[in-house]
Amino acid sequence: MDLHFTADEPTAEEQAAVDGVATLIRADGSKRTYLLPVLHAIQNRIGWISPGALNYASRVLAVPPAEAFGVADFYGLLSTRKQPPAVAHICDDIACKVKGADQLCAAMEKLHGPEGSSADGKATWYRSPCLGLCEYAPAVLVRTAGEKPNDQLLASPKAIDVETAMRGRQIPQPILSSSVPQKGQPGLKLLRRVGQVNPESLDDYRATGGFQALRRAIAMGPGEVIREVMASKLVGRGGAAFPAGQKWNAVRLTSLPRYLVCNADESEPGTTKDRVILEGDPYALVESMIIAGYATGCEQGYLYIRGEYPLSARRMEHAIRECRSRGFLGDNILGDGVRFDIEIRIGAGAYICGEETALLNSIEGNRGEPRNKPPFPTQVGLFGRPTVINNVETLINVPHIVLEGGEAFAAIGTAGSTGTKLFCLSGHVARPGVYEAPFGVTLRQLLDMAGGIAGSGKLQAVLIGGAAGAFVGPNDLDIPMTFEGTRAAGATLGSAVVMPFDDAVDLRGILLRIASFFRDESCGQCVPCRVGTVRQEEILHRLHCGKPLSSPGGEVVLLKEVGQAMRDASICGLGQTASSAIESALARFPVFGGKP
Amino acid sequence: MSTQNAPDLTTPVPRGPLPILPPPRPARTVEITIDGKVVAVPEGSTLLQAARSVGIDTPTLCFLENLTPVNVCRICVVEVVGSRTLVPACSRTVEPGMVVKTDSERVRLSRRLVLELLASSVDVSTAPQFQEYMRRYDAKPERFGTPAPPAPTGERDASHPGHHHAPEPSHAAAVAQSVKIDNDLYVRDYGKCILCYKCVEACGTDAQNTFAIAVAGRGFDARISTEYNVPLTDSACVYCGNCIGVCPTGALMFRSEYEMRQAGTWDESKQTKTDTICPYCGVGCTLTLQVQDEKIVKVTSPLDQQVTHGHLCIKGRFGWEWVNQK
Repeated sequence: MDLHFTADEPTAEEQAAVDGVATLIRADGSKRTYLLPVLHAIQNRIGWISPGALNYASRVLAVPPAEAFGVADFYGLLSTRKQPPAVAHICDDIACKVKGADQLCAAMEKLHGPEGSSADGKATWYRSPCLGLCEYAPAVLVRTAGEKPNDQLLASPKAIDVETAMRGRQIPQPILSSSVPQKGQPGLKLLRRVGQVNPESLDDYRATGGFQALRRAIAMGPGEVIREVMASKLVGRGGAAFPAGQKWNAVRLTSLPRYLVCNADESEPGTTKDRVILEGDPYALVESMIIAGYATGCEQGYLYIRGEYPLSARRMEHAIRECRSRGFLGDNILGDGVRFDIEIRIGAGAYICGEETALLNSIEGNRGEPRNKPPFPTQVGLFGRPTVINNVETLINVPHIVLEGGEAFAAIGTAGSTGTKLFCLSGHVARPGVYEAPFGVTLRQLLDMAGGIAGSGKLQAVLIGGAAGAFVGPNDLDIPMTFEGTRAAGATLGSAVVMPFDDAVDLRGILLRIASFFRDESCGQCVPCRVGTVRQEEILHRLHCGKPLSSPGGEVVLLKEVGQAMRDASICGLGQTASSAIESALARFPVFGGKP
Repeated sequence: MSTQNAPDLTTPVPRGPLPILPPPRPARTVEITIDGKVVAVPEGSTLLQAARSVGIDTPTLCFLENLTPVNVCRICVVEVVGSRTLVPACSRTVEPGMVVKTDSERVRLSRRLVLELLASSVDVSTAPQFQEYMRRYDAKPERFGTPAPPAPTGERDASHPGHHHAPEPSHAAAVAQSVKIDNDLYVRDYGKCILCYKCVEACGTDAQNTFAIAVAGRGFDARISTEYNVPLTDSACVYCGNCIGVCPTGALMFRSEYEMRQAGTWDESKQTKTDTICPYCGVGCTLTLQVQDEKIVKVTSPLDQQVTHGHLCIKGRFGWEWVNQK
């Protein structure tokens, strides 16, 4: 390709950052798939992506600079404008908002200066969408670029702690096991190792049953594994609830090569379940991916982890390295001639990349814009090849299915929702965290497991399924937490967020934050979502400040029409669900004065 | 890549009659029902083609015959019975037995909303086709409020993905901004851009393979940009003007047209269109000369022209200034 570049040249550091990643490029594959890793390398080294650095990256990867810029400028964690090396991302999303995020931001304004400001050019702070650290609310992620890039998670810090971390001082890190209040309890399946077994030790993993399922799977053969997964009636845990066995079976007769992609871009506000697995039981995910790859005939797997999960990324990188060196990944797994390997991709701050086709575009080095379906990824997926893409939680059920058998797995839960489920409890509960329970557990039981309603102790509403989910009220606590049960109640299980709000919370503020979230996270590709999310926020804002254009009733009609157009005509699930939580709240609660 | 099936060029062609190749498989026909009419179209056709084949006029904004469908504007959505959401007619291919409604209440609402959402945020004053659609679907963009005044120069190009200012109750957010004039041949008025991606496609693999522009930013702040918003003169642009040729709203415009419009002298009723062949090289591109007051004011090429498919190069598109000199 004959590319044209501006005169900007990279510095020695920028060049070294790009070259460090460029060594990974394989002669036989796409170079462009390394665009996001290269941009990360520059961002982590320098703190922003300068024109000279972008030119150099574009030259090395043979990507037109205008396109590389379009990719860099898409992601919230990459900066195409000069910014200080240390940036604190203060989560002010719904779970953190009810735990004092706005007060923390106000304190930061006083201590440090307004959002985005930097007196000395060394550190700044921004409000952030959900960081997936809801049990530590309000949560803060401080990223510092440099020769040794550093990141720190801060659990409900004071402004001075944030400032201290921004200045490079190490702040005590939250402990993972506090994310799993059930740890050590008998009967746990998916969470049984989390907080109990050293997540860095392959030997400990093996000593606690690790890789038994893989051996069993290889003895069964690929067809038999798929049959058991189909018999288990396992459905996707990312939110769409598509039968996993059906997806696997769909690629079985397609041409080679095929790819397996694990979606660990967990970004639905309030969702933390995949992070807990990535951090607490990384080898289980590696084993699950190998089994999935083996069953579906994929020799290359990609694991896409959201950029806000640096510890998850480190744990997974370590686990993959260990497995590779011990023969659990590579050309001859367990000496059985099975070939499979995993490459990690780190997201860069874009909720939309959790949408499967946007994620594929992101891996390929394109903007994370969803593709129109059909064709589905099982037909035309990563690099145009048949692709199986599953969520982390979906995959880690597979070893259990292989060992217990599909029918035994299907006996747990309900007829329509089999197995156990990870629920993410945050907001006004006494013990927030990730809980495992068989499908069919009621909303009330989940709230009780988490110690009941905190805050004022009086429940106002529960958000189920995250920003793309729905609100239910105190009279709905007997909803069985299954796909069919939540659907029948006019809600959705989504990513199994359960976020109660006490009666002191102003729901209008929560709805405005949700509307603001979707306006920020829309990729901008299709009109209904790109402009619809803006208009939705504007209408809510006008209602909130009592300045309706026509009348409050007229604004609600407008809101519903925008909602319907987004639901009907958007390309992907983001736009299609961007109004669902807001509309559900208006239907159930007198949020803006009028009757629901 | 496997070399197993590569022809062996070293063996001489055997004497005698050449082997008979199997005839190409005839394209199968697929039958679907559109608005109650049974339509038979070749396999692989889109719903848009099927609808057009029976005279159903489906509106399009981001679709153009000479570009790959990107299905982003969503104005061509139709209802397929059994589908949870509406589907874009421009890119969804026919499947046997599909039952399609192109004018249901749901379809009309989404189309009207697409028009209202765009017209409340974008200046569509130089997009006659768009205005015709607004009349057809009774679109009332003013329902969303008065569009915001133009953003200060450079503000939209400096947006921060994932962040935005709180809405102003008095205004509907809009993309209004100052016109970018950085070269002698054409202007970019992104206050008129509906982000249909056509210019990016024409600049990229669909025509020119120059890649001077791409979509940058995210969400409502997404925009067409060179790298770091550098002027076109510093970018990879080769001034073929194919982006202008595909722009549906006049956001990209010949400088001649822009200046005449500014001066109030642009008058399409006084213009004639004459087809001729470009005199510059041997390719033989058809040029359509748009002439007003005996002066060429704009040059295009027909979309269905086999040589150009509507695309030209800098010489054909802009190299006519000398004709106007007397």
